[in-house]
Amino acid sequence: MAQRRASPDQDLPDNILPEQDNSGRRPMTGRRAADLLTITPQGLYCPAGDFHIDPLRPVARALVTHGHADHARAGHGRVLATAETLAIMGVRYGDNFAGSSQTASPGVSLAIGNATVTFFPAGHVLGSAQILIEARDVAGRLTRLVASGDYKREADPTCAAFELVPCDIFITEATFALPIFRHPPADAEIARLLQSLRLFPERAHLLGAYALGKAQRLIALLRAAGYDAPIYMHGAMEKITALYQGFGVELGDVRPVPPREGRGGGDLPGAIVLCPPGALQDRWSRRFADPVHGLASGWMRTRARARQRGVELPLVISDHAGWPDLCRTVVETGAEEIRITHGQEDALAHWCATRGLTALPLHLLGYGDDDAAAAEEAVTDAAAIGAAP
Amino acid sequence: MKRFADLIDRLSCESGRNARLRMLRDYFATTPDPDRGYALAALTGDLSFANAKPALIRQMISARTDPTLFAMSYDYVGDLSETAALLWPDAGAGTRNDLSLTAVVETMTAALRPQMADLLASWLDDLDETGRWALLKLVTGSFRIGISARLTRTALAQYGNRDVEEIEAVWHGLTPPYLPLFAWLEGRGPRPKPQHLAPFRSPMLAQPINETELRQLNPPDFVAEWKWDGIRVQAALGTGGDGAPIARLWSRSGEDISAAFPDLIAELTGKAHFEGAIDGELLVVQNGAVQSFNVLQQRLNRKTASSKLQAQYPAHIRAWDALALNGEDLAPLPWTERREHLENLVSRLNSPRISLSPLVPFASWDELAAARGAPAATDLGVDAAAVEGCMLKRRDSPYISGRPKGPWFKWKRDPHLIDAVLMYAQRGHGKRSSFHSDFTFGVWRTGDDGARVLTPVGKAYFGFTDEELGQLDRFVRANTINRFGPVREVTHTAAHGLVLEIAFEGLRRSPRHKSGVAMRFPRIHRIRWDKPPGEADELATLEKLLAAD
Repeated sequence: MAQRRASPDQDLPDNILPEQDNSGRRPMTGRRAADLLTITPQGLYCPAGDFHIDPLRPVARALVTHGHADHARAGHGRVLATAETLAIMGVRYGDNFAGSSQTASPGVSLAIGNATVTFFPAGHVLGSAQILIEARDVAGRLTRLVASGDYKREADPTCAAFELVPCDIFITEATFALPIFRHPPADAEIARLLQSLRLFPERAHLLGAYALGKAQRLIALLRAAGYDAPIYMHGAMEKITALYQGFGVELGDVRPVPPREGRGGGDLPGAIVLCPPGALQDRWSRRFADPVHGLASGWMRTRARARQRGVELPLVISDHAGWPDLCRTVVETGAEEIRITHGQEDALAHWCATRGLTALPLHLLGYGDDDAAAAEEAVTDAAAIGAAP
Repeated sequence: MKRFADLIDRLSCESGRNARLRMLRDYFATTPDPDRGYALAALTGDLSFANAKPALIRQMISARTDPTLFAMSYDYVGDLSETAALLWPDAGAGTRNDLSLTAVVETMTAALRPQMADLLASWLDDLDETGRWALLKLVTGSFRIGISARLTRTALAQYGNRDVEEIEAVWHGLTPPYLPLFAWLEGRGPRPKPQHLAPFRSPMLAQPINETELRQLNPPDFVAEWKWDGIRVQAALGTGGDGAPIARLWSRSGEDISAAFPDLIAELTGKAHFEGAIDGELLVVQNGAVQSFNVLQQRLNRKTASSKLQAQYPAHIRAWDALALNGEDLAPLPWTERREHLENLVSRLNSPRISLSPLVPFASWDELAAARGAPAATDLGVDAAAVEGCMLKRRDSPYISGRPKGPWFKWKRDPHLIDAVLMYAQRGHGKRSSFHSDFTFGVWRTGDDGARVLTPVGKAYFGFTDEELGQLDRFVRANTINRFGPVREVTHTAAHGLVLEIAFEGLRRSPRHKSGVAMRFPRIHRIRWDKPPGEADELATLEKLLAAD
């Protein structure tokens, strides 16, 4: 991985606040926020530093919060991200995923144009970060804005814990921003999986999970619960998992699903097999011994959703902040303006209003369409490594 | 409470019958009395709490949440109990894992209406989400998790190594928490005595038979009756302690359906009262003519029946067996003797609502085949529309609960067949979740512009072998032209597509379906790989069948 020394950018023109023109930009509604970040068709844009955050389409300069496919895309001119995120992008898109890349070390500030940026851990997946942008607004006041990307505050043995960054403007996700989404303790959910293995010892337990982050967290949680049998995984997850292990995450005996024997089902009775959610009902799943279909996701909180997906063992384990943590974080940052990127914006905006906080939805499209994103991710991963879907 | 909550939580997502049975058995085996008995009652619908109702839950959760957030959440979840369980403030969540189901049931049974809100609130504060959900489901009495009383009793029977019929025979004298029942199943106590004054007796069921098998049998050993297209019913009558006549109508699986047929119950506790039990078919008879199953459906799946409904669709029992009379158990007697008792009884009752199922005279299987093929040509007359084949019973057979092999056979009339074109396919559940196993099919109709278009007429998800399912799944995957969520649209033009020969039992008009018709019991009879879709049937063919019915 090419690592560059942090340096102010010399190649870009002087950073003048762009006029609101017909380039498709629209100001972020609100007061101070508008000066630091606008929205372009490519995504969130910082005029002071002339960069985008998690752009959906190729741009000259991108700051990437984490490696999920809807945030980290290939084809940008320059990418600034944590070492782990850059490595993940390399695995997914190949070494030439961007013109050049630069490593952001957590807590180390970098000047980019007229802005200063600092990455802080977001606790979402390996390498995930919040990005603090410091710049002067039109009135000359120094303003701190945090774009938090996706985050969670629960403990996760596979990534650095979320750090609270005080700021004036906080940009939050809202994936699970309804009061019904209170994630239960993850170890209790793992206990339900182990209980099911005791009840159905002859059945394979096929567990759908995002290939990046959720799969490795599940393995780490199972190990912490004392489960030390081999854990099998779908081909689409192998490289990312090896990458986690390369970064020092202990996962124990993890194996690829062995080649199929004969045509009949019946493989891996009593084993735990992880796969992307899209593979749960795929033909691939027929080879296993009368599989119990599980899915680990915050969306499993409602039974209708689990039944709709044909999931018999829903595990409510999420890498996103649930409702109490979203509310808590918004307050603890001390921000006076809240912007909400994607998810259930209206409920969180309503809650902020009842607490006297200014909160506006940004209506960004293209991020975190939950199931769709998961399916896309599975396909992307499969394509990236040439595995059969 | 936690064990019970975990059980119904797991059951609510499981669609496989064997897996559900295993979960239930495991629960009975590992849960102490009296908790397991109350859980059993909850699942069989034998628990209810007069002073706790859904309106109370709504009121309680509304008082504790922001109305906007509650509305958004309810809208998202769609189920009141689940929304309330998820939204309830998590004060001491999960701290009361020791709260027992027994304590909940017994306390709620004893509680007065004004106490109920505080009582529920104190539990809800202490339980975790699954526990709250289970408690609220218990309060509303509707689990809607797809577990029937019969399945629950089947699991209990498997747990105790008994036939489910043995459980059903004693079930209706027992009350929660069923301590003597568990004692018996575990070999610690005697078989509970059926104590119901009009008890359910587990019915005798028939084996299906085809003509080839039939010809192995000796005609004089058997009698034949018509197979009526209604619902199986058992009328059990007795006398209460106060001398008042009692009557119960039991369904085939032992559900008490008396409340839906007040007209029959009035007759059976009034002019047509006797002591004993008869077995027969529940039908609608208008002006002396037996109506088709389509008409009977107006009276089915209801909790009650309005007087208008009772007048328009009068319920009737066509009796074919006598199980007990004046305290005597007739079941061990041969069919011929039971029939004599039945004929005497029906003639003595002389009720317009109870009639004898006539015998079909025959000397050879050819004669019976002729009658079965054209019932309208026999002395049945208009009643032929309500006949779906023949029943064969050995003259010397006693009445044996369950489905014994040999004494009773059902020889159903041949199903209707139609060639339809596969239009859409959807993935199945459980074992079939990687297969497209639910098939929507259509027939041709001429549109307003004169062009022939396919119109969907039904959906079938069985009738094929495992091997054929694999072939159908491959066809669907290779010929998908569109996807709508879990549904795939499959090529269906006159030249390209797949013809399915569909078998079905009957047809009725249905304004809910675009085609205007709905099939009964449709299944895939044959896959016509050889036939071009353009040669499949027309909607007009089905419409003619409607007219003939």
